[in-house]
Amino acid sequence: MLSPAGLRLRSDLLQAIRLFFLKRGYIEVDTPLRLPALIPESHLIPFASEGAFLHTSPELCMKRLLANGCDRIFQICHCFRKEERGRLHQAEFTMLEWYHKGWDYFDLMRQCEELIVQVAQSLPSCAGLVEGNGLRWGDALVKLAPPWERLTVAEAFQRYADVAVTKAVRTGSFDEILVTEVEPNLGVDRPVFLYDYPAEQGASLARRKRENPAVAERFELYIAGVELANGFSELVDPLEQRQRFQREIENVHRAGRTAEMPEKLLAELSQVGETAGIALGVDRLCMLLMGHTDIAQTVPLFFEEL
Amino acid sequence: MYTASDLRKGLKIQIDGEPYIVTEFDFSKPGKGQALYRTKMRNMITGIQFTQTYRSNDKFERPNLEERKMQFLYAQDDAYHFMDTSSYEQIFLSREQLGDNLNFLVDNMEVEVLFFGERAIDITLPTFVNLEVTVADPWAKGDTSGSDTKPVTVQTGFQLQVPPFVEKGDKIQIDTRTGAYITRVKE
Repeated sequence: MLSPAGLRLRSDLLQAIRLFFLKRGYIEVDTPLRLPALIPESHLIPFASEGAFLHTSPELCMKRLLANGCDRIFQICHCFRKEERGRLHQAEFTMLEWYHKGWDYFDLMRQCEELIVQVAQSLPSCAGLVEGNGLRWGDALVKLAPPWERLTVAEAFQRYADVAVTKAVRTGSFDEILVTEVEPNLGVDRPVFLYDYPAEQGASLARRKRENPAVAERFELYIAGVELANGFSELVDPLEQRQRFQREIENVHRAGRTAEMPEKLLAELSQVGETAGIALGVDRLCMLLMGHTDIAQTVPLFFEEL
Repeated sequence: MYTASDLRKGLKIQIDGEPYIVTEFDFSKPGKGQALYRTKMRNMITGIQFTQTYRSNDKFERPNLEERKMQFLYAQDDAYHFMDTSSYEQIFLSREQLGDNLNFLVDNMEVEVLFFGERAIDITLPTFVNLEVTVADPWAKGDTSGSDTKPVTVQTGFQLQVPPFVEKGDKIQIDTRTGAYITRVKE
């Protein structure tokens, strides 16, 4: 259970995030958590809830708001993903998600950097922060002063792994090599945006790069080896999106679960227009700032305590 | 059957017909990627360790493990004989199988014997055992050397640090999990 001082810090963090977005003209939204059908994603297992599902992220509802005329929205909400429990995972966790129309993924990297630097500056009493804009986590001392590093996935594999990224994708070992060989090196001296993921690698909602369709315009932010945020230039072509959902639905079926085509989202998708979106793990950010090593130490109460 | 999502430290599973215990466990899941269950396992028969990463669709059989209360009878050569006190059934384990348990095992001691199917593979000692001190330096009263422990040997040959007042012939209680002295026992 989080102490009153810890709760105060978490509250201050949430308010600092809200202030950042409100000052920039974003609307805070609170979309439903319980949905009749989710975006099909074979690697996420939802909790069933009386003929509906608890959402695994607010993406579907937020994209419908974008299609309906919103151009800058953010949300802080709980998300639910069955069977996820580890040092960096809880089946119920807090997500910050935001979208900005007219932007691409590079614009979002810049804003994400600005957000975290400002939030950290507004919370100087956090145990994980050291003087001179640094963050200490485990053995790592990370300098938060911008600019942060930008590294393509191909470059990262070349630098830290034994195999090239193309071969890792071909042999089905991309996730394993990323986790064991690449991630521990990411964001150790300063935060790093890992970007341009192989198009096959998840991200069925990200746009392919026009100059190089083999990669998707997707990035992940790493600080001290911890993956903190995932963003992309959104795919807004309903035809391509339908094909990708269809493939993903087949993957979900192969895993023995059910999934449906999100027809209402597809019907409105062409009205979204060029947009970039990003999701950030609030509990993980809180963990890094507080200097904890398990996200369970950053939430008011975690499941095993209930 | 267990699935990968059941994996955690201490879980016992069966792989290729042999029982394994998970000694280290880490769940990881790269963004938009698949869940990876990284484990370190120890073969409960051979003691050999290995690391392995599993995925969500991996499944494991439950090993047929059972603990039975048995009494230690005697050792002959390399064989340590135990008896089930209700059925009088006898089994034995080797010196190698018992390993560090031998530091605390004495005749007539009741232990839990772990069976994998019909085969005895390990024992669990009582948490606390009382053993007799067989070798100890005498207690020099007024010793001002400043050391607050001294080494002694107990009846099994095991050596440990104890307070200076413990003497040869005393019985002392030892924690079998750590090998640490707990207290002197009056009998």
